[in-house]
Amino acid sequence: MSTTHLDISKVSIEFPTAKGFFKALDGVSLKIEKGEFVSLIGHSGCGKSTVLNIVAGLYDATEGGILLDGKEVKGPGPERAVVFQNHSLLPWLTSYQNVELAVKQVFKKTKSKKEMHDWIMHNLELVHMTHAADKRPDEISGGMKQRVGIARALAMEPSVLLMDEPFGALDALTRAHLQDSLMEIQKDLNNTVIMITHDVDEAVLLSDRIVMMTNGPEATIGEILKVDLDRPRDRLALANDPKYVDYRAQVLTFLYEKQRKVESA
Amino acid sequence: MNIPNLSIASLKEKIENFSIKSLLFPLFGILAFVLLWQVGASRVHTSLGEFPGPAVVYEQWGGLVAEHSNERLKEEKFYERQEKRIEARQAKDPSYVGKLRAYTGKPTFFDQIFTSLYTVLAGFGLASLIAIPLGILIGLNSSVYSALNPVIQIFKPVSPLAWLPLVTMVVSASYVSDDPMFSKSFLTSMFTVTLCCMWPTLINTAVGVAAVEKDLLNVSKVLRLGWVTHVMKIVIPSAIPLMFTGLRLSLGIAWMVLIAAEMLAQNPGLGKFVWDEFQNGSSNSLGRIMVAVLMIGFIGFLLDRAMLTVQRFVSWDKTQVLR
Ligand SMILES: Nc1ncnc2c1ncn2[C@@H]1O[C@H](COP(=O)(O)OP(=O)(O)OP(=O)(O)O)[C@@H](O)[C@H]1O
Ligand SMILES: [Mg+2]
Repeated sequence: MSTTHLDISKVSIEFPTAKGFFKALDGVSLKIEKGEFVSLIGHSGCGKSTVLNIVAGLYDATEGGILLDGKEVKGPGPERAVVFQNHSLLPWLTSYQNVELAVKQVFKKTKSKKEMHDWIMHNLELVHMTHAADKRPDEISGGMKQRVGIARALAMEPSVLLMDEPFGALDALTRAHLQDSLMEIQKDLNNTVIMITHDVDEAVLLSDRIVMMTNGPEATIGEILKVDLDRPRDRLALANDPKYVDYRAQVLTFLYEKQRKVESA
Repeated sequence: MNIPNLSIASLKEKIENFSIKSLLFPLFGILAFVLLWQVGASRVHTSLGEFPGPAVVYEQWGGLVAEHSNERLKEEKFYERQEKRIEARQAKDPSYVGKLRAYTGKPTFFDQIFTSLYTVLAGFGLASLIAIPLGILIGLNSSVYSALNPVIQIFKPVSPLAWLPLVTMVVSASYVSDDPMFSKSFLTSMFTVTLCCMWPTLINTAVGVAAVEKDLLNVSKVLRLGWVTHVMKIVIPSAIPLMFTGLRLSLGIAWMVLIAAEMLAQNPGLGKFVWDEFQNGSSNSLGRIMVAVLMIGFIGFLLDRAMLTVQRFVSWDKTQVLR
């Protein structure tokens, strides 16, 4: 039996709150293959970020745990790079320096100065940001910041790339553009990706599997949808593709019929 | 970057607005103040005569400048005379090694300014050297914070006048040396300044360090940054804006405290100058004190501007409005 690449095994978590313990997740289990692109979708507050934070090691599961290539992971680490929702670039560093901080930390023993420089530039190139390498975050647009955030994560050469609504704060055009970039990068690097999204189209377009979560508290995985569309995917061609339309409908049905949010969010 | 589309007319308007705001209005304010001062001063009578108006103060300023250059001249002559005497003796007896005696004239107004300036910078520097690292430590560790907080809260509001006797006694008792590098009065003033001005820097640094954005802390965790890198690359840069707020408050307090301490302890400096003039009670005294008051204000202002310039240079947050 081969071990799965990433195994999220019966994860539950309880947060201590003023009114006693709050069980946010209950028995979340998911096996992810190498190079797979998985999106997490669900209503606001159901626990998507919590799942991601547990995989990242930023939260400790109360029960269950995470196995990466058969080894249990404890605490955060660069092999599980995170792209945060709010880019989280250090505002006092340029794009180059932001990526450099990560590269220096991960490759200080294995790469020479020159190699590190080339690697930083290569990753900025991947997200088409070399022209703004020497600009600070407050000098570039939101989409550009998000690109640098992705470059920083990719530069860590992570086995798993975790993205928490990476394009959530962007306008539709920029978002579409970054989605295409991400698909291209993913094709070349074959990273394993877990991405949280609120956007049904984004989920169907990018994912190999869509993991739909039930509403909290004690949220867990409701359904998993395998998206069997050929790559490279083209958003225009897919718009009228019956399979695409069907996948989209299935996710919508899950979100708005089966897991309709009762209280107004 | 987008340069907003400006027509020539609106550009002109902008420039005019700018010069009105940055030159004309301040000038107007100063003028109004001088006028009020003149009118008000002529109505206040003291035992030492009329309260000094702008004209009197200007006159006294001239007097102080003249006094200073006189004193310098005397000093030069004093050394010249000594050197001549030594040379003369050496001509008779080649083995004679002369020793120059230091000039001990009365310190002038400008000597006192200089003394006050380096004392305040020394005191403030020492305070920063203590407060910044301690603030970082406190901000990073909530246990250290809880332990030190009561102490800080109690010492923060203590007036310099309360510290002064204690500092004086401790310095006299512990700093005993035949050839002291620093004078005791300098040390007393400096330590008093340090004790009184370190708190804003300490507290603001701690708050800045504790308020590092959670996302940035997560970045640090994901990268598994070592403690030193974490502090140098994440914590200190994010705390810098608040740290400077504290430093500027501290420098302002330092300057105020120093003048008070010099007055009370009779330590050399501008404070002593004011006190001496007050005790002197001549017809010039009030005018000279007023010169000192304006000078104290002006130096305080320059110190703050200097700090602001450093902040502009060091701080990454160029969007922050600094004034
Ligand atoms: N540190 C914490 N302490 C207490 N409760 C928490 C904590 N983090 C999350 N929760 C709770 O767990 C639940 C899930 O939160 P989570 O942030 O994972 O939701 P989400 O699905 O990411 O929502 P959104 O789509 O709005 O980002 C929420 O009810 C939230 O209040
Ligand atoms: Mg979330």
